[in-house]
Amino acid sequence: MKELSLNILDIAENSVKAGAKLTEIEISESGDKLTLTIRDNGCGMSEEILRTVTDPFYTTRTTRKVGMGLPLLKMEAEMTGGSMSVSSRWEKDYPTDHGTVVTAEFYKNHIDFTPLGDVSETLVTLIQGHPEQDFRFLHTRDGKVLCELETSQLRLVLGDVPLNSYEVICWIREYLHEQYNENN
Amino acid sequence: MKSLAELQAIKDRMKDKVILREGTGDVRVVVGMATCGIAAGARPVLNTFVEEVNNAGLSERVSVSQTGCIGICQFEPVVEVFEAGKDKVTYVKMTPEKARRVVEEHLKGGKVISEYTIAANNE
Repeated sequence: MKELSLNILDIAENSVKAGAKLTEIEISESGDKLTLTIRDNGCGMSEEILRTVTDPFYTTRTTRKVGMGLPLLKMEAEMTGGSMSVSSRWEKDYPTDHGTVVTAEFYKNHIDFTPLGDVSETLVTLIQGHPEQDFRFLHTRDGKVLCELETSQLRLVLGDVPLNSYEVICWIREYLHEQYNENN
Repeated sequence: MKSLAELQAIKDRMKDKVILREGTGDVRVVVGMATCGIAAGARPVLNTFVEEVNNAGLSERVSVSQTGCIGICQFEPVVEVFEAGKDKVTYVKMTPEKARRVVEEHLKGGKVISEYTIAANNE
């Protein structure tokens, strides 16, 4: 992927497909280290499947049998000297408290670090495609909040106006841009 | 700074309109957003469609949505156009520039851009 924000989009799309009502995306930068966490309350996976997800020849898709999303993220993290891990609680074993957490650590000063890119566009794309699901986003650098968004709060204001109405999508995009401009 | 008060104003404006639900339009534009599509550049293609469909005043008739991998990864970004009573059109190797032309000439003008279709690219 050209930008880390595209990996984020890709992994979060998995969360949505797993039926997550809420997907949380957190980017936390501390010195040279960037930690990405994507946490959802979707259906989760069995331990057996969990063991195979970073294998590039594993996928849940049925049209073809090769899944590349998590292996790509793992490779990109490891190329910077970082790592990636996935933990999951399958709904069959945890009927009330299930979901998946993907965590990846990157070292920004490494020459092979993929730039973060346009995270705002990733969030806009997720909300545009999945207006019924909730997303929570937080990006911090050395403890300072650069940007945050919680769609459940927007929903409180909007009532039955869909989150992917064009005007709302434009508002969200600008809201994110303004926070980044203000805090960067 | 953008505020929630502005969002409230958007809501109040929209209350006066009849809210059209997604997918009620006659035409559906579907963009592939699996790993293959995203890596090939589907994100800006999707967002260009959303913007241009609105700018062209087509949002009541045309809906833009996302799908997973349809199995022709080498042709990503792939965009399918579904219209009632017509054959599905599959556009391949899309870019934001091509998306603008599809909105103008196909969605607005009613003419399929055959050079962008899979049939023209599947040599």
